[in-house]
Amino acid sequence: MSAGAEQSASLPGGDVLTVRGLSVTVRDIKLVQDIDLTIKAGERVGLIGESGSGKSLTALSIMGLLPEDLIPEGSVRLIGVPHDLVGADEKAMSKVRGLRLAMVFQEPMTALNPTMRVGDQVAEVMLIHNTRPSKSAVRADTVELFDQVGLPNPAEIVRAYPHQLSGGQRQRVVVALALANDPALLVCDEPTTALDVTVQALVLDLIVRGVVAREAAMMFITHDLAVVATVCQRVLVMYGGRVVETGTVQEVFTTPRHRYTEGLIAASDLDMLDDEGRLITIPGSVPAAGRFPAGCVFRSRCPAATEVCATQPEWTEVDGRGYACHHPANVSSSREGV
Amino acid sequence: MTVTDTVAETDAAAAVPAISLRDVTRSYQRPRTSLTKPGATVHALRGISFDVAPGEKFGIVGESGCGKSTLLRIISGLDQPTSGTVAINGTDIARLPERKLSFLRADLQLVFQDPMSSLDPRMRIRDIIAEPLVAQGKPNAGKRVAELLEAVGLPPEAAHRFPHQFSGGQRQRISIARALAPDPKILVADEPVSALDVSVRAQVLNVIAELVERLSLTLVFVSHDLSVVHHVCDRVAVMSEGQVVETGDTAQIYQDPQERYTQALVASVPSLRRALSGVSAADLAAAAAAGTNEPGAGLGTTTTTSE
Repeated sequence: MSAGAEQSASLPGGDVLTVRGLSVTVRDIKLVQDIDLTIKAGERVGLIGESGSGKSLTALSIMGLLPEDLIPEGSVRLIGVPHDLVGADEKAMSKVRGLRLAMVFQEPMTALNPTMRVGDQVAEVMLIHNTRPSKSAVRADTVELFDQVGLPNPAEIVRAYPHQLSGGQRQRVVVALALANDPALLVCDEPTTALDVTVQALVLDLIVRGVVAREAAMMFITHDLAVVATVCQRVLVMYGGRVVETGTVQEVFTTPRHRYTEGLIAASDLDMLDDEGRLITIPGSVPAAGRFPAGCVFRSRCPAATEVCATQPEWTEVDGRGYACHHPANVSSSREGV
Repeated sequence: MTVTDTVAETDAAAAVPAISLRDVTRSYQRPRTSLTKPGATVHALRGISFDVAPGEKFGIVGESGCGKSTLLRIISGLDQPTSGTVAINGTDIARLPERKLSFLRADLQLVFQDPMSSLDPRMRIRDIIAEPLVAQGKPNAGKRVAELLEAVGLPPEAAHRFPHQFSGGQRQRISIARALAPDPKILVADEPVSALDVSVRAQVLNVIAELVERLSLTLVFVSHDLSVVHHVCDRVAVMSEGQVVETGDTAQIYQDPQERYTQALVASVPSLRRALSGVSAADLAAAAAAGTNEPGAGLGTTTTTSE
């Protein structure tokens, strides 16, 4: 895989992905607003939030896979790509996608072509981008990739069709496909949500090892806080299409500043009960797109909201630890975490 | 419902258990692949026996393919076992024809995993919730629908809307309301929260817990996530490859699993607390690999790019 290794020769610690002021609009409704994020080589960053908070749209706009009526604005730069990914035409994007930028989707059955042998699908991504010197090298590397992702009998399984594999095996194929050209950035959108817990553990390990071995950057989207805490180093919390809090996994999960993060952590903890023995919840549900309140997006569900929350809270950031809240939690004394 | 494990067991001996399974097996015949030989037989269930006492909250945990859906279908009278007996409130339903199962349809109701595909997109909520009543020939559904909507925490206006106008959590509340419509004694929930976000999951679990308590229901709760079952159920059966590998008090199994498979199941669930104390994906994978045959984590070799 010499060709691929050469292409991802990004300096460790250099910025692989730089997103500035990313917004996504459909008609006049802003679905995602002012996303700023930077991912360095070898860094694993999680993006968390409930359904409808804009996580997947952020990922799709980085991949250039937004549906046609959704318009991205702002700037998304990827190391080694001379042009901005926002506004790039399909021809330019298809040269980047699968080579510098790869994605692992949630549903391996829909991400794979049911009429093509899995080996051919992995080979295709190497042939299209011409990253191997010959077809025989492609074949050999496909088997090698299948071996790396822990598929049994890789030499035989390359000839299998997706329906002949289990859910875990299919997701392994998708991971092999994404890592085939040693991308600079791997985007994972809920890659293990459809899997059983033991298989999830194995696939997560596989993804982390694959990313670490390639010193690639990773963006990991999920609503499962425990998964993010297990695989990522840094985390961004999204709500209502905005990033509401960011920091290292330790900081965000032990001393959350934003009330939304605090609520998410409490709601995902099945051992923590309120006075009536019920699980702690965030009241209400995520509003529909365009129905988020003005000012702080979370104020309609926030227990600490006051009148001042009707104005947009300032983004406070110190040493990469940032939040946007008028009444941040855990400020004076750092409370006993989670 | 404060039925502890011991009380439940003595109750089960004294009173008629709500659900009683004895040596239930179910085999499926694969289609033939050769002209001369019959197709292979798949043993989905290999001798399942357990009792669920009335009012007990019973969990079934296992991964895809372990037979838990087959088991649920048999308990709900949607499928018949190959051998063994299935008694619901004392009546063996294993060989009963559909026309004699009307008591079961009134006494036992299901909540499905995917609230998207289990609600008819062309029906209004009031018709969805009233459908079990209509099917069982019970009149005056209108008042009951309003009661049920209130019980699951939805506004009365919801009755006139369609499923697509609701979020996943709200749709699951609608499923629960529909299941409760005929006033069942047993509620069977098949992974009711695994398709939901964490914050919504807590809300739906609260609704289920509250209603089971208030209506004194017997709950059978199926999940792949032992931590959810731990919160909801008194007793749990862990299934693997068509068999119950471990059964007992939920807290005890969660804290101190005896079987290798259960240990792997408990240890491979990512947890925020353990992750913050330094448990990595590799650790989870090692725990998972210890109890399953899924290849991969045991590879040992690092996946560095060769050459």
